[in-house]
Amino acid sequence: MGDDPGGGPLIAAVPPEAASTASALVPLPVILPLLAAGLKLAIGVRLQRTQRVISTVVLAVVLAVALLLLIDADSHGPQVMYAGGWPPPVGIVLVADRLSALMLVISSAVTLCVLLYSIGQGMADNDEATPLSVYHPSYLVLVAGVSDTFLAGDLFNLYVGFEIMLTASYVLLTLGGTVTRIRAGATYAIVSLLSSVLFLAAIAVVYAATGTVTMAQLAGRLDELPDGVRLLAQISLLTVFCVKAAVFPLAAWLPDSYPTAPAPVTAVFAGLLTKVGIYAILRNQTLLFPGDRLSGVLMVLALLSLLIGILGAVAQTDLKRLLSFTLISHIGYMVFGIALASRAGLAGAVFYVAHHITVQTTLFLVVGLVERRGVTTDMQRLGGIAKLSPALGLVFFIPAMNLAGVPPLSGFLGKLGLLRAGLMQGGALVYVLIAAGTATSLLTLYALAKAWNLAFWRAAPPELYVVGVVLDIVETDDETPGESAAAPGPPTEAESTPGGPVAQVLAGRTEAATFGGRAITTGQPPAAMLAPTIAMVSFGLAFTVLAGPLTGLTERVADELAARTPYVTAVTGR
Amino acid sequence: MNETLSLVIAGGALVAAGTILLLSRPLTRIVLGAVVLGNGVNLLLLATSGAAGRAPLLYPATQGRHMPDPLPQAFVLTAIVISLALTAFLSTLAYRAWQLSGTDDVQDDVEDVRVAQRADYAEERDRLRTAYREQRARHRDHAGPEEEQQAGGEGILKHLRRDRAQYREARRRARAEMRADRVRGAHAEVGTDEDDQWETILGADR
Repeated sequence: MGDDPGGGPLIAAVPPEAASTASALVPLPVILPLLAAGLKLAIGVRLQRTQRVISTVVLAVVLAVALLLLIDADSHGPQVMYAGGWPPPVGIVLVADRLSALMLVISSAVTLCVLLYSIGQGMADNDEATPLSVYHPSYLVLVAGVSDTFLAGDLFNLYVGFEIMLTASYVLLTLGGTVTRIRAGATYAIVSLLSSVLFLAAIAVVYAATGTVTMAQLAGRLDELPDGVRLLAQISLLTVFCVKAAVFPLAAWLPDSYPTAPAPVTAVFAGLLTKVGIYAILRNQTLLFPGDRLSGVLMVLALLSLLIGILGAVAQTDLKRLLSFTLISHIGYMVFGIALASRAGLAGAVFYVAHHITVQTTLFLVVGLVERRGVTTDMQRLGGIAKLSPALGLVFFIPAMNLAGVPPLSGFLGKLGLLRAGLMQGGALVYVLIAAGTATSLLTLYALAKAWNLAFWRAAPPELYVVGVVLDIVETDDETPGESAAAPGPPTEAESTPGGPVAQVLAGRTEAATFGGRAITTGQPPAAMLAPTIAMVSFGLAFTVLAGPLTGLTERVADELAARTPYVTAVTGR
Repeated sequence: MNETLSLVIAGGALVAAGTILLLSRPLTRIVLGAVVLGNGVNLLLLATSGAAGRAPLLYPATQGRHMPDPLPQAFVLTAIVISLALTAFLSTLAYRAWQLSGTDDVQDDVEDVRVAQRADYAEERDRLRTAYREQRARHRDHAGPEEEQQAGGEGILKHLRRDRAQYREARRRARAEMRADRVRGAHAEVGTDEDDQWETILGADR
């Protein structure tokens, strides 16, 4: 226990250097969504158009601010904001270096697209009161939390950012409070809560050992600690971040909880929340604990995540669960890049994070559209989506191939960068990982090709041709349909239908139906939902087209991470 | 330092108690566990602010050396506020789970249950199949060669048909059972309403 860690003249505040205009921008990505969320709660559900405009404008402004920050951080070094003018040991610091700004740009672009998608969904479902009153404020709070974790300059603010994000995510995951969501939400909330408590304990360890939580100061002080204490701090922080990032042995919560949420929520969770964990691991392994001390452990974890995740995905029959498992699997690539601890490895990991956020989000958005069209996401019951709705087929096919890593696309470039970084480094474990990475890429292709064949390519089951009528789902026996009347138990719940859903055409009503408590509209995907999805697909393709400049940027990010000094100097002034 | 040591011991005890509570099924206990665990960690965090019994930051005349570090106190305050929000949320979740299913136990994941049942179902099918084969073999032995010659293939065929019907009936029943089980799982005991509510809420061990 540090004897008097905060000793000395605490209040002798050295006034930080005059804030530049750029550093005044730093807190905006956190403050704006929070303010907007408050405003929306005050407005209530009455002015729905105003609500939508506020959300969209705020997120667009955040995207613009993030772009400005990225340009500034890239050309002038890290931008720092001292909250309340207090210098680092006492006050809160927000830092936007290249990594933070890049993550911020991608996250705000993705959140903007998903917001537009969910607005489209709300308009299409004609069910506007429920989502708007809770969904939009929670969503904005989530965005604020994500921004805060990216910008946090000290461990405790990182913790607070995580908590803001997680609290909003609990609400979003249990939206509507149906049976399945409550069940999934309970698991998710308990696991997250436990990891938060661990994080707090880890912060206590770090603070007791060094007397500070500001990352820039920790960078120097942690180096001087005795080996045991340093290892304890590193492992406890790493455990926490691995839970958030869903690295294999700590990933069991993910495929159970994500698929039950509404489509846009799952999409933004899958894209961003795990990557926030990866971001934290990246900071932990470069700024706080540089070197390759735990590289072996991380590589084994990456190997297990890659293989077990993708084998889980291959075994799934549900599209959403399949995607959740590929998510776990591909987290392994990023952990691999971080574990290499070389400049090329870090650059590869950052590139892969950028690529994976967009692609995974896009796929979940598309699956949301598929669910609307086909009433279910069970691949054994789906079929012929590509014929029923060619646009839907196209927006699934491109990101699916991108995720699998088919050559010209950014998924291929990302994997290639990582594997090349591994080859440059060499070593038995690294070669094993390279082999596993290649196998995972192929198995991803297999799993997604299977999904494509079953859900999109084969002939559609007859009930999918029923368009614009109420579908009433009844339980049937898989062999003898006449038996359904005698089937025990009330015929509800999506999980309890072992046969195919049988469409019963009810005269006189159109368009909407319910399935497992969710509103479903059949027919072509609404343009208001398809347009943001297409925007996301093209955003993912932009990474392919702009791969050159992006690789340059990620290499500069890796340089800055490896050097540590630009970050430390920008915050402490030394 | 003694006071700090007792703080650390109290924190450790709370963390242990909270962990045990977290390992139970009912959400209400998990909420309590989370609260206890969180408070334990808060105490540990507080222990980092230096030796106990020093004057707080409030008195300007106090020298820096004779004050406890105020930063952990600020951390703990923030953590308390956060755990308040989470406790409120988890309690709501527990109440909603109880409303929906009559129990606030954390449910098994449906997909996992389905995978487990798939294994059970396969086992049941294998059992029935082997039983059927044994029966068929026994009938064949029983019929003997001379009877077989008399009745031709007809007797065996009749036996076979009856056995197959039995097998199908058994299989159908097994499936119906499984389906009923699945429905029951999804509806998770709605019929416990007449029980003592507090018993349910406080999560009696089962």
